[in-house]
Amino acid sequence: MPTYVRTEKCDACEGQDKPACMHICPHDLMRLDIDGSETGHAMKSYNQEPEQCWECYACVKACPEDAIENRSYADVTPLGGMVQPVRGSDAIVWNIKFRNGNRKRFEFPIRTIAEDSIDPYAGTPEAVEAELGDHSTLFTKGTHSCDFSQFKAS
Amino acid sequence: MSETSFGKPEVIEEEVDILIIGGGMAACGAAFELQRWNADKNLKIKMVDKAAVDRSGAVAQGLSAINTYLGENDPADYVRYVRRDLMGITREDLIYDTGRHVDDSVHQFEKWGLPIWKQEGDEGKSLTEGGKPVRTGRWQIMINGESYKPIVAAAATKAIGMDNIQEHVFIVRLINDKNDAGRVVGAAGFSVRENKIYIYKFKACLLVCGGAVNIFRPRSVGEGTGRAWYPVWNAGSTYAMAAEAGAELTLMENRFVPARFKDGYGPVGAWFLLFKATSMNAQGEDYQAKNAHMLQEHGYGTYVKGHAMGTCLRNHLMIHELKNGRGPIFIDTVTALANMAEKMTAEEIEHLEAEAWEDFLDMTIAQCGIWAGENIEPDKQMSELMPTEPYLLGSHAGCAGIWCSGPEDLPGTPDHYHWGYNRMTTVRGLFTEGDGCGASGHKFSSGSHAGGRIAAKAMIKYVQDNRDMVPVLDRSVDELKEELYRPVATFLEYKDYTTAIDVNPHYITPKMLQFRLQKIMDEYVAGVSTLYQTNATMLGIAERKLGMLKEDSLKLRAKDLHELLRAWENYHRILVAEAHMKHIQFREETRYPGYYYRTDFLDLDDENWKCFVNSTYDRKTDEWSCKKVPWVELIKEVD
Repeated sequence: MPTYVRTEKCDACEGQDKPACMHICPHDLMRLDIDGSETGHAMKSYNQEPEQCWECYACVKACPEDAIENRSYADVTPLGGMVQPVRGSDAIVWNIKFRNGNRKRFEFPIRTIAEDSIDPYAGTPEAVEAELGDHSTLFTKGTHSCDFSQFKAS
Repeated sequence: MSETSFGKPEVIEEEVDILIIGGGMAACGAAFELQRWNADKNLKIKMVDKAAVDRSGAVAQGLSAINTYLGENDPADYVRYVRRDLMGITREDLIYDTGRHVDDSVHQFEKWGLPIWKQEGDEGKSLTEGGKPVRTGRWQIMINGESYKPIVAAAATKAIGMDNIQEHVFIVRLINDKNDAGRVVGAAGFSVRENKIYIYKFKACLLVCGGAVNIFRPRSVGEGTGRAWYPVWNAGSTYAMAAEAGAELTLMENRFVPARFKDGYGPVGAWFLLFKATSMNAQGEDYQAKNAHMLQEHGYGTYVKGHAMGTCLRNHLMIHELKNGRGPIFIDTVTALANMAEKMTAEEIEHLEAEAWEDFLDMTIAQCGIWAGENIEPDKQMSELMPTEPYLLGSHAGCAGIWCSGPEDLPGTPDHYHWGYNRMTTVRGLFTEGDGCGASGHKFSSGSHAGGRIAAKAMIKYVQDNRDMVPVLDRSVDELKEELYRPVATFLEYKDYTTAIDVNPHYITPKMLQFRLQKIMDEYVAGVSTLYQTNATMLGIAERKLGMLKEDSLKLRAKDLHELLRAWENYHRILVAEAHMKHIQFREETRYPGYYYRTDFLDLDDENWKCFVNSTYDRKTDEWSCKKVPWVELIKEVD
């Protein structure tokens, strides 16, 4: 639908301040059905506008209960295939099932250092106030070498 | 949410020095650069994103490559490449500026943990230590980019602090200064979670909320309409808000029509460049070679050099086949992988297969879903290619956008290219980058990050130079509240007039308004149904229909906050569509064959049209005006 929420797995991110899928969806598609009036399933989330889903998998990857899966666009794709990731702290594993039952599994790294250890300014210089109007450098002073003879006016 | 509170939002007002509207690559680059210059200044910086910064913008899903990394190349070569791809007319000062700073952003990404592929023997060695990247082309490098955006976002949020980031608030309108109409000093938007309106006052603002998607009727019909090539959440808000604030737009006639794997829109770059795949028509012919003579007609070959040609021209050769019933176009993945496997061990072949899948899994998972559903394994079955519906953008292989001031230190830049602050628009205090900055395509993800940094530095200077300026909004809070929540008021007033809430003569749903817009653009402004062709008569009809659509936008309804988001996104889309139509109408030539054709002016006409087309919109009179602006060549051509 394209992403859908498995009824028996979703717990509305109980104990957290907001459901992870609702927070992360870049297109505001995931919604919590508080009283069940929308879906018949109270306190479960659902994709409220499947025809606007980019299948970016942000919700699938973010769901702490692995409750969200994706069923490829029904107006395009035959049923039966499945592409499902498990995203860990430094790698992602993709399990692919074809309509004919064939399977593939791939694992790729996603980062080389832990997310909470990112220090944006580690090893970078302080900004030099006198260079504020100088277009040839940013504060990191990592400007590429420039062959100004390539300019017509040089 | 109760109806009483829904119609009466709380108003939150905040004054800052610098407001960043958007949370994508340019916004994150700006945050990183701003805070360093702000170390001892104590300026108040705020970033407002309609989604969550971790997964917002065009890189939300991830990427399998960084398309702009200069490495061993000189920035002048980068300018030559972009100039050729965009059919001659580009702002070479802006492109050069991106080129000299972009690698530094890539080096930061690697430091923050983005895995960048290295050539054999250089594994574990960073780019700054001399590690050689795996290139798929002269400018592109391969990455394991599933977490590209979360990594870049973490650096940005740590730089300015999560307290200074407001997520899930959609800014929809800029506000000019009461005492100076040529300056912006405010922005208004609403929460998509709570019944709240946010009004910001500022000295400077970076408007970076992406390009424009879903202006045109997509090829898909149902659920698949979400499978746009560019992110479906890019509603053209950057261009629309800037135009309404009086900023000059440039090259809004330009568009990008990527030729991609059919339906899933999976990327072709790695397939063509890394795996050396070829494409063919239904008869198995190499149509590019067969149709090469077409580049001699109408002056389309003016900027072709050997095999190097504008991306639009590759489409031109492909569309000729489709027009003449020789489709579909196939990409021969089978032969490509077999050729590569010939000299490989079993283990290497397995690795190659993983690379081919990762190319999609990192950035277009939907393509894998289609392959899985259709039992397509690329080493066993070829796939179809198809040119998509048109997109407007300024950071990928397109150059629509806002007319920006450039750096004044590059030799030969004419006076009309710079007016004081780098990346400032023609409206004082309003800066842009990424998809917003026009006439300077091929920034891609890395160049947009670097561009955000360039703009950030200039904004610090602007704020210092204007430290005594007191922003005074030229719109009242009540006026803004009424305007922003009009779709809600309309809904509450009329919803009981009919039994079914979606069909009502007093209002239009955001979804239907979008369908109407897409139908007009598709049928009259060179969408897929006319194979990208239009003419003055068709454009005249589009103009009339878009005018009425804009009138009807006052009757948009919003039954909840989600629909209020869609209502405003689609209002922005109308303005972008109108700009696109006006520019195509004004430029009486076919500058981008393969992206669109003016069938009444089929020639590429350098004599009359080797210039920018810039436009301004007057919100009070609802009138657009277009003009020619001289183009200047800064970098020498080489033989």
